[in-house]
Amino acid sequence: MSVIGQSAPSDLAGDSAPEHVVDPVVRRSGVDRIFRGVASSSGIITFILMGLIGGFLLLKGYDALKVAGWGFLTDSEWAPDQGGKFGIAAILPFTVQIAVVALFIAVPVALSTALFITEYAPRKLRRVLTAMIDLLAAVPSLIYGLWGLFYLQPRLITLSKWMADHMSWVPFFHVDDQYGTSLGIFPSSTFVSGVIVSLMVIPICTAVMREVFSQAPPGEREGAMALGGTRWGVVRDVILPFGRGGIIGGSMLGLGRALGETIAVTLIISPAFTAKWSILDQGSNSIAALIALKFSESSTFGISALMAAGLALFIITLLVNAAASTVVSKSRSGASTEI
Amino acid sequence: MTSTLNTAPTTDGEVKIDTEERIKIRDIEIVDVIVMVGSAISALALSYFFFQILLPVSGALGFLVCWYIFFNIISTVAVWELRGAIKAKDHLARIFIWTGGMAAVVPLILVLAYVIGKGYHSLRPQFFTQDQKFVGALSESTEGGGAHAIVGTLEQVGIASLISVPLGITTAVYLNEVKGRLTKPLRMIIDAMSAVPSIVAGLFIYAAWILALGNQQTGLAGSLALAVLFLPTVTRTSEVVLRLVPGGLREASLALGGTEWRTTSRVVLPTAKSGLVTAVILGVARVIGETAPLILTVGGAFVMNANPLSGKQDALPYFVFRLIRFPQEAQVARAWTGALVLVILVLVLFVIARAIGGRGPDNISRLKKRRLKRKGLA
Repeated sequence: MSVIGQSAPSDLAGDSAPEHVVDPVVRRSGVDRIFRGVASSSGIITFILMGLIGGFLLLKGYDALKVAGWGFLTDSEWAPDQGGKFGIAAILPFTVQIAVVALFIAVPVALSTALFITEYAPRKLRRVLTAMIDLLAAVPSLIYGLWGLFYLQPRLITLSKWMADHMSWVPFFHVDDQYGTSLGIFPSSTFVSGVIVSLMVIPICTAVMREVFSQAPPGEREGAMALGGTRWGVVRDVILPFGRGGIIGGSMLGLGRALGETIAVTLIISPAFTAKWSILDQGSNSIAALIALKFSESSTFGISALMAAGLALFIITLLVNAAASTVVSKSRSGASTEI
Repeated sequence: MTSTLNTAPTTDGEVKIDTEERIKIRDIEIVDVIVMVGSAISALALSYFFFQILLPVSGALGFLVCWYIFFNIISTVAVWELRGAIKAKDHLARIFIWTGGMAAVVPLILVLAYVIGKGYHSLRPQFFTQDQKFVGALSESTEGGGAHAIVGTLEQVGIASLISVPLGITTAVYLNEVKGRLTKPLRMIIDAMSAVPSIVAGLFIYAAWILALGNQQTGLAGSLALAVLFLPTVTRTSEVVLRLVPGGLREASLALGGTEWRTTSRVVLPTAKSGLVTAVILGVARVIGETAPLILTVGGAFVMNANPLSGKQDALPYFVFRLIRFPQEAQVARAWTGALVLVILVLVLFVIARAIGGRGPDNISRLKKRRLKRKGLA
C-alpha cells in the first residue's frame, strides 16, 4: 500500500542511519490480491480502449490512406466518393484557425475570470461564479451552437463588417472586395464559429488556471502584501509567475478542446474546401464538422476517408493534450492532504 | 478584520498606546466613490457627445463600448492624479479583471434566457408522452412530442453510466489507492483520453462495433460511444475526490489491522461518497448533451423504440440537431422545445450535484450533523 511505502523511509529512519531502513515486507491476503488485480485490470482496460480507438481508426481508414497516399496531407478537395482527390490540406488550416480565434477570446477571459475568482471576488460571489463556470461547462455544445446560429451570428456580423472595413490592414481581416463588404458575406465564417467555440473553451481554461492560482504559496502572497504591494502587484509578481505553467497548460487544453469541437461548428459553418487567410467572410471547415456533415452521405470508401480524417484529428488532439499535461504537471500540484 | 488590532489595546482603558493608524486594505473611501461616480458620469457625457453627435453610428452596444473605454481612461487618470501611478495601475487591472470575470458569465445567462424564450411556446405535457408518429412536416409545433428521444437519451446515458462509472471509479482507486507501475502512464492516458473529440469516439464505435463486428445502429452503440467519453471524466474527477481523503484515515485503518480492501471499501470510499456522487452526476450532465457521437451511432428515429438493443433509436440532442435544420417553422419550434428540455435536464442534474456535494469530504452536511447530534456524537 502506498501509504506505508511512502512514509516508511522518512518515519522509520529516525535516529538510525539510513542504510538500516528496510522496505517493509507486505504479506497480502487473498482478498487484497483480488482487489489489487481487479483495480489494475480496470486500469489496463483503459489502456486497451485507447489503443483500440487509434487501432480501429487506422484499420478502417487504411483503405483510404493507401489510395490517397501523401496526397491526404496536400490535397484540399474532399471527393473520395466521386473518385476524386481528398485530403486535409484545407480543412486542417481551417480547424486550426477556428481554434486560434477561440483561444484569442477564451484565454484573456479565462485568465481574468480565474484571477477574479481567486484574488478579487468577494467570498460569496466567488462561490456563485465558480458554480456558474461549472455550469458553463455543463451546457451542451449543441445549445451553444443553436444560440450562436440564431442569436449571436446576426449580431456578430456587424462587428465582422466593421473589422473588414476598418481593420483590413490585418491580413486575417482582409476580405476580397469584389462584391463589396455587404453584411451577406459575413455569416458562417471562421470568425463566428471561433467565437462560439470560445464559450466552450473558457470553462476548461478557467478551471485549470483557477486550480493553479489557488495553489500560489500564501507566504509569498502575504510577503508581497507586507512589502506594500497593491493587489495588482501581488497578482503580477506572485500569482502570474507561479501560475505560468497553468496558464500555458490550460490554454493548450483549451486548444485541444477547440480543435475537436463538432456540433457548434457544424451548425455554423458553410463548408469550404479552399484554404484562405481571411477569417471574416463566409466559408470555413473543420475535421470534426466534415465528419458530421459527410457521414450520412458517404459510401464505404467515403467513410474510410472520414476515418482517416478522424485519425488525423485524434493524433493532433493527443499531441496537443500530451504537451499540455506535461506543462501543467511541471507546475507544482497538490498531493494527498494529511490530517 | 481591520478592527481587531485597534480595539485590542483599549479594552482595559488604562494603557492607551498611541497606535499608528492602520492601513485599510479593503475599505472604500468616500473619495474613491466620488471618483468612480464622477468618471462614470463624465464618460457617459463624453461618449454621448462622441457617439451620438460626432460619429454617424448608433446602437446600444457601440455606445456601451464607447462608455466603457472612456470610463477606463477617465477614472485611471483621476486615480493617477489622486494617488499616483502604482494605484492607477492597480485600478486599471482591477477594472479589466472584473470585466473579464463578468464576460464569462454574461453569455451563460444570455444562452439560458434565449433557449427558455424560444422553447417554452411549444412545451406541452404531451412533449413527454408522445412521439412523432403522427406528425407531418406541416403539423402544428404543439402536436406530437419528443418522448421517444427522451426515452432514448435516458437509456443511452443510463447504459453508458452502468459501464463507465464502475470502471472509472475502480480505475481511480487504482490510481490513488493501489498504485503500481502503471500509475503514471495510466494518468497520462486518461488525460489524453479526456481530450478525445466526441466525434472521434463516435467514429471509433462505428468502426469497431458496427463495421467490424457487424452490429446495427442501435441505442446500445450510442451508449458505448458515450461510455468512451464518460470514462475519462469519471476517472479524473473521482481521482481528485479520492485524493482529498486525508491520508491519516488510511493509515489509521491500516494500523488497526485493516486490509487494503477493507481500508478502501470501508474508509476511503465512504468518506469520499458525496464527492463521488457529485462527480458522477456532473459527468452525466456533460454526457447527456453529447450530439456528435450519436449522429454516427444511434441512427435516429421518429417513433418510440424503447429497446436499446435493436433498431434505430433517437436521442434528445440528435432530435434537436435534425429538426433545427428543417425549413418548417413548426419543426424548428419543436427543436427548440427539445433544446429547452435538454437544458432543463442538465440544470436539474447540476443542481442535484451541487446539493449533494460541492463540499470537501471532511465537511458534514446539515442533515447528517442533525442525525449525529441526535445520537449525541457531535
